[in-house]
Amino acid sequence: MVHIRTSEEIEKIRESGRIVYETIMLVGREIRPGITTRRLDRLADEFIRSQGGRSAFKGYRGFPGSICTSINEQVVHGIPSDRVLESGEIISIDVGVRKNGYIGDAARTFAVGTVADDRLRLMRVTEESLNKGIAQARPGNHLSDIGHAIQVYVERFGYGVVRELVGHGVGRELHEPPEIPNYGEPGRGPVLKVGMCLAIEPMITMGTYEVRLLRDGWTVVTEDRLPSAHYEHTIAIGPDGPQILTQVA
Amino acid sequence: MVKEKLIKVDGTIKENLPNASFRVVLENGHEVLAHVSGKMRMHFIKILPGDKVTLELSPYDLSKGRITYRYK
Repeated sequence: MVHIRTSEEIEKIRESGRIVYETIMLVGREIRPGITTRRLDRLADEFIRSQGGRSAFKGYRGFPGSICTSINEQVVHGIPSDRVLESGEIISIDVGVRKNGYIGDAARTFAVGTVADDRLRLMRVTEESLNKGIAQARPGNHLSDIGHAIQVYVERFGYGVVRELVGHGVGRELHEPPEIPNYGEPGRGPVLKVGMCLAIEPMITMGTYEVRLLRDGWTVVTEDRLPSAHYEHTIAIGPDGPQILTQVA
Repeated sequence: MVKEKLIKVDGTIKENLPNASFRVVLENGHEVLAHVSGKMRMHFIKILPGDKVTLELSPYDLSKGRITYRYK
């Protein structure tokens, strides 16, 4: 059962989404060689609180950080630590905020210092695949049309689409039905309706799509340890198509 | 988010029910209602009380299962 949100509810998700967006932009401006991911986590947490929100990740199934900081081969759920960023690395920042009972969730990959062209291309393709997926999120389409569009676009470049991690419905809880794979046949799954709120999040790797969970119980890395990028938006399905809730014009 | 995985468990058939459904006693003692996977029906794999089987449970509803394998 996919929840249908009223326009009042969607506005609350949009407010949380605004905080998410501004947090990601704030953290992005601080990313530079020499900074620790713990420092980024602190900055994000302080900003989210100053906006009247709370991190939706902290304490979720025991996650220790306020945001996820996933470096290079880390796909998602990297735990903020004293790890120092170095030039040439890429880092994915994933932020979820709860305010007034509603949640927004988004992510973006950033370059640290000067980064090799192939990594920049991975980031560009991943961001564009998110756009391709979002474009399919219109009333009357099927859920799997989103993942299909992402997969078709990404695999042209020889990149991998992570299978074990999926997008999700979002709203009152961080993870709600449905699961939204970033791959698959078109025309499957539930028909999309006005008022559904979805977090679409392609996780794209430079090599294999196989992933492995590190011993910390959270960090997901690529099996071949090649870099991975991650972009995510929370969207609402409107009568004329998708509305991005985690972006401020 | 991490994809919710189906839980695989073994059990023993207790009772045949209509519509290719079965009551199955799991190794942990729980009793669940299970049906036979379409692939097993296609290959006419018959299941009788007392057979040992593998089933998949959804993490959302642990009281129903899907039989995916019958041990010889």
